[in-house]
Amino acid sequence: MNNITIIPLFVIIPLAAAFLTSLVGKFIKRSSETIIFISSLALFAFSLYARFLLNSAAGKIMVYKIGGWMPPFGICMVLDGLSCFMLITVNLIAFFVAVYSLSYMEQYTDKPKFFTLFSLMVCGMNGLIITGDLFNLFVFLEIASIASYALVAFGTEAEELEASFKYAIMGSVASAFIFIGIAFLYSFASTLNMADMARVLSNKQNEWVIPFVGVLFLMGFGLKSALVPFHAWLPDAHPAAPASISAMLSGVLIKTLGVYSLIRIFFNIIGATQGYLAVLMFLGAISMIAGVVLALSQWDFKRLLAYHSISQIGYVILGIGLGTPLGILGGLFHLFNHSVFKSLLFLNSGAVDYATGTRDLKETGGLGKLMPVTAKTNLVASMSIAGIPPFNGFFSKAIIIIACLEKGNFGYAICAVIGSILTLASFMKVQKFAFLGEIKDKFKNIKEVPFTMLFPMVCLAVICIFGGLMLIPSFRFFLDDAVAVILKGTSYASVVLEAAAK
Amino acid sequence: MRNNPETGMTLIVKTITRLTVGLILLFGIYIILHGHLSPGGGFAGGVIVALSFVHLMLAFGKDVAVARISKNMASNLESIGAMMFLLVALLGFLGGSFFLNILAKGNPFNLFSAGTIILSNISIGIKVGVGLFAIFLALVVLEKSK
Repeated sequence: MNNITIIPLFVIIPLAAAFLTSLVGKFIKRSSETIIFISSLALFAFSLYARFLLNSAAGKIMVYKIGGWMPPFGICMVLDGLSCFMLITVNLIAFFVAVYSLSYMEQYTDKPKFFTLFSLMVCGMNGLIITGDLFNLFVFLEIASIASYALVAFGTEAEELEASFKYAIMGSVASAFIFIGIAFLYSFASTLNMADMARVLSNKQNEWVIPFVGVLFLMGFGLKSALVPFHAWLPDAHPAAPASISAMLSGVLIKTLGVYSLIRIFFNIIGATQGYLAVLMFLGAISMIAGVVLALSQWDFKRLLAYHSISQIGYVILGIGLGTPLGILGGLFHLFNHSVFKSLLFLNSGAVDYATGTRDLKETGGLGKLMPVTAKTNLVASMSIAGIPPFNGFFSKAIIIIACLEKGNFGYAICAVIGSILTLASFMKVQKFAFLGEIKDKFKNIKEVPFTMLFPMVCLAVICIFGGLMLIPSFRFFLDDAVAVILKGTSYASVVLEAAAK
Repeated sequence: MRNNPETGMTLIVKTITRLTVGLILLFGIYIILHGHLSPGGGFAGGVIVALSFVHLMLAFGKDVAVARISKNMASNLESIGAMMFLLVALLGFLGGSFFLNILAKGNPFNLFSAGTIILSNISIGIKVGVGLFAIFLALVVLEKSK
């Protein structure tokens, strides 16, 4: 047992929790809640501890060989700056969402099944982040996706089932594209290990395999991350799911399955050329504007937030597509910030739904007086997503815009500013129609939601307020290490293979 | 297997099913146990095991199959299969690494060789077998109103 043993724990803990919950949850009262609380807390603690271990690891990389097999032959798990960044993001949100679900899921039947699926989804995401094997990545991607299809349909009403069906079809198409892409890469490179594949691809010249596979991956992961031409499933799936699952889907699932895999494959395996980056920037800019324009006219609280997810993912992709250190820093920082404030917004929408039974903004109003904590945390999150100065969203958006200007892409910088202004407009609408104004007679008697729902919202709001501090030099290693991994590009191969050989 | 003419298919189908269902189950178990020696393994064998129960359900009606494996039992067994697989993987920690094959490997091509592979195959077989059967049960939950 040494330090490195921590890496497989990110898969073992949620997997064990999932099946333990489904096994004993039916017989022992409150056991499923206890198991999920402990496992998600442990995962969050371990992800922070992994960050601590990584600081002292040589070359800031840790490689775990499953079953003791050397990397090109066996599956390895790689913990580097980028995976650690994603792990902390995922497990932070998963912990708060798990706490929130303890009370929120009382509205639904069969909590053990919910927690089983939830835990499997976390397992899929954690596994996808730490794996160093391309096919293993696909397997974990499917675990997370299939769990999320089931979770979207958890209410089993007509709306949920339709959304889930749509999501399942689109998601399966995406998986098929990704799978075909992996098959082509395997037949070309004769290896599935990501590091080894990067090594082979950089030595072996071919005119058509890489562009072809690049397009397949762009479609597949574009669908998973809901970039604009591929976004049709998201505005249905996010509102239909229970609020805690919307928070997971929007907060971390589309980022892990879509953005993280895209970054890992395009930057570290295939090697991003200017052509790919231009496509990414273009898709990002379209998503940014189209998402927010579509969001403006929505009256369903969660549907509005879902369109904003598309728009904010556009910012992340734009920042990363710039390819400059500053742009990537902005993109990743926005990814983290968006996880925090979008989960908070979805949790708020869940709290409104829990208290009033509706999420139609035309019916609500004046809830600020009766639900002060929800209203205040929602104000913080709205200001963050709109990019108002002291909050975290401002810093990441500012970095992305500065990076655009630095690279000379004035058009994209203007798009980002316009997107931000329209976001502000749409969240002023949320504030006005949900929390300000006069309370309707039928909602006179509603109460603030229970403590386990308030606690995650308050914590996330605090992170929104102080998130900007991550940019000061003593905390910047968290982001800088992730940026460094992306900038290293295909030399990821030699770094991983050397670390594995030790 | 009750021979109730009201439910299920004709006498011919029932008779043939009665003769073959045991063989199908046995073949599934054979495929699971020889996963490390011949093509197939936990997944393929599990599918065949599930098919034997599906076969029973098609020929004799839902009640006969459910009397053998109920929905609760299927879902519990599925979780147990998954836990067993995880446990086999965790056993590797005794030797120092996740998924490490710590048992004696034995002689190649013997039934009891390849260490923990056979245990993994058995747990996958349980998981896939009852899992597929549970999916089939979920699909036949709808019926014509009486």
